[in-house]
Amino acid sequence: MASRNGIDLMAHLMRRAGFGASRSELEQLSATPHETVVDQLLRPEEQPELDKFEFYRYHPQAESSWTYLHVQMDWLHTMRNGSRPLQEKMALFWHHVFATAASKVGHSYVLAAQVRLFQRQGMGNYKDLLLELARDPAMIFWLDNQENHKRAPNENWGRELLELFSIGVGNYTEKDVFEVSRAFTGWSFRSNESSWRWGQFGWSFDYRPEDHDIGEKTFLGHTGRFNGEDIIDIIVQQPACARFIARHLYSFFVADEPPVPRWSIEAPRDPEAVGMLAEKLIEANYEMKPVLHALFNSDFFKEATFQKIKNPVEVVVGTLKLTGDLDGPDLGWKTIPLECTYMGQDLLNPPSVEGWHTGREWINSGALVRRVNFVADYVRDTSHPGIQDIVRRITSHGQAITVEALVDRCLDLMGPVEASEETRASLITKAGGDAEVSWESDEQYIDVSRKIGEMLALIAGTREYQFA
Amino acid sequence: MGTTDKDPVVVVVELGGGNDYLNTVIPYTDPNYYDNRKALRVEEDEVLKLDSELGLNPNMGPMKDLYEAGDLAIIHGVGYENASRSHFRSMDIWHTCEPVSVADDGWIGRAEREIDPKGENPVGIVSVGYGLPRALVADGVPVASVSDLASFGLYTHSQHQEQRDSTLDLFREMYSPAIGSGPVGEVMSYLGQTGRDALKSADILKEAIPQYKSSVEYGSDNLGQSLRTVANIHSADLGTRFFYTTHGGFDTHASQMPMHSNLWTQVSRAVADFWNDMEEQSASDNIVMLLFSEFGRRVKENGQGTDHGSGGVAFAVGPRVKGGMYSEYPETRAEALADGDLAPTLDFRGVYATLLEDWMGLDSGPLVNGRFEQPGFVTKG
Repeated sequence: MASRNGIDLMAHLMRRAGFGASRSELEQLSATPHETVVDQLLRPEEQPELDKFEFYRYHPQAESSWTYLHVQMDWLHTMRNGSRPLQEKMALFWHHVFATAASKVGHSYVLAAQVRLFQRQGMGNYKDLLLELARDPAMIFWLDNQENHKRAPNENWGRELLELFSIGVGNYTEKDVFEVSRAFTGWSFRSNESSWRWGQFGWSFDYRPEDHDIGEKTFLGHTGRFNGEDIIDIIVQQPACARFIARHLYSFFVADEPPVPRWSIEAPRDPEAVGMLAEKLIEANYEMKPVLHALFNSDFFKEATFQKIKNPVEVVVGTLKLTGDLDGPDLGWKTIPLECTYMGQDLLNPPSVEGWHTGREWINSGALVRRVNFVADYVRDTSHPGIQDIVRRITSHGQAITVEALVDRCLDLMGPVEASEETRASLITKAGGDAEVSWESDEQYIDVSRKIGEMLALIAGTREYQFA
Repeated sequence: MGTTDKDPVVVVVELGGGNDYLNTVIPYTDPNYYDNRKALRVEEDEVLKLDSELGLNPNMGPMKDLYEAGDLAIIHGVGYENASRSHFRSMDIWHTCEPVSVADDGWIGRAEREIDPKGENPVGIVSVGYGLPRALVADGVPVASVSDLASFGLYTHSQHQEQRDSTLDLFREMYSPAIGSGPVGEVMSYLGQTGRDALKSADILKEAIPQYKSSVEYGSDNLGQSLRTVANIHSADLGTRFFYTTHGGFDTHASQMPMHSNLWTQVSRAVADFWNDMEEQSASDNIVMLLFSEFGRRVKENGQGTDHGSGGVAFAVGPRVKGGMYSEYPETRAEALADGDLAPTLDFRGVYATLLEDWMGLDSGPLVNGRFEQPGFVTKG
């Protein structure tokens, strides 16, 4: 389907630029033009920050980021209930790219600080973000840069900065890795210990000039007594950097690309689109907002409905939004991070600095079972306000409807979900073929509610539903 | 192939991050070792000596016991030419046996396709953990990806068994083959295959749990628990030919001494527990274990850690393994190193080839993309 309008397009935009929206929200939003909604999404600062006071009363340890479970809960709660969806989605995007893991960065307090960095800077300037990342204590510790010494350079950060965070494989040499490592010697951190012994200490960036190698370095053909900032300056001058970041944006927001290790040998599926985004990045001096504006208003974006496999965070938060569950502070938040983990995405704990393999690689037999079961169990439960809303909408006209219409209404209100003819036919047969369902009596209404819940659970199991 | 009439099975334990060869199998009489490792060394009197030149890391006591019993093969200097020092690229190469271009499928997926060309057994390959390692991937080959055996199944909270059965029938129908083309079509086909396999494997795997009784108490770390799941499924005799599990954390750029020690304590214990369990289950005679990492680490230490290297060590374990040492320990003198790293003395594909040919009875050539020197560490049938 080439052109999109109304609810379909708005649902698509909210799935991609956020974590979904209820039918009422979609109806409201689609009353305004697409471009206006994009503009609103791009101005998160005009929306209030989420007030977490009450959330912290339910989960006091989250206030001090006691463990990474608490940081996960906190962030998922913000994704679900905050009013700055694109800010959170961009923070998740950067977490995917600059993957840092709790398995090594045990001090969750500083992991939380990294999340806040992405929330604060994620829609700002990429070059500034890269510089702040180089100074981020969680990142320094994660990639051992505190062990990167003048007399013994440690290549971990230097390598990953080039390979995964900016220009990508094929655009630098092993020698470059070494020179970059030298340039970042002395970029360390210290603990903010104080005489107040209770509570968590954060870490702060700590530059050690005596440990910095001030010698001449040669990087990508440039020579000089480079320090870290100079390296980043040179990096963003490389067209490869814009192409690399553009491809990440395309893969995350538009359509699944192959995994990053293939990028040096496989072209993007839509080279024109990625090229356009790369040009925009350079033109905008690496400001993210103009690029995102171009992306969300482009034809290639509007036509890319259901071209991505939802990541587990999207599955979980999206389901909470659909059903209206956990719309505020609640003890139930405790188990939510684990649900993402079971589906293959342990938030804030990616398997390595490469991050998660996305797209079809989210799918394996175990993850598929988890995804289907999680959503099915949720949507089958007609006590959830979001499901009651769906039932109400379906039964608001007349007193009966054909099974076929019931299936179509369910597909519509659960997404809208675009099901193939075969899937639709299977669902109709399962629901009773060419029968009718009616809700004249209270008893029948309860029965219809249950049938709708069951139908939604079946839709959750369809292949089509795994896509966003 | 085995001398029993049970089919031969392989369990692969992937040690992720790049295990430090020099501090795992220690050349304790080599002055180059002490010269290059001033902070990160094991003192001679702590080394668990295996012979007059080599010994194991002191935290590998259970592995030494296995060596003394003749059940541990140490395969020296494994790697490949022009090593990639990128974790992902190198691990990919170990998975796909394709060091030049980038491949989509893996040696185990291809091997299983030879064994079960129609993919009739949905638990022919079992991956324990989240995610799907590329080594297991091949067109038409189902893989059961199990993280928690006890709860593996679709629509488990459906109200009534009858309703659940009809739901699963519908699921099977909806996931029936569709010839997909284009990026989404291909994923739809893949989803279809995965969904159908999930259904079948769940039915099969749930039979595994009640029959498994063991006195072995595995460690609570993820490798211990994963190997317990492997033991459970293997002893249920469901036709699984390949098990795969991973244990990460070996990327010791810093704090190497305590981290590496801790890791090998965990791994050694998990391996010993597994083989004790296999004894107990009378299931040890048709299974061989392989442990490997994507590269070793640089010879010269770097502060409190080491950088990515090249040549590494692999281990094969089990009563059907011909215990001892295979291939040569790479030379440690500076002139013999490959860019500061231990130069591999054996292509890793030869290790796979030994398992595939001597143990599984398959032709390894097409499965590992070539012919490589085979260390022959397992008893032939």
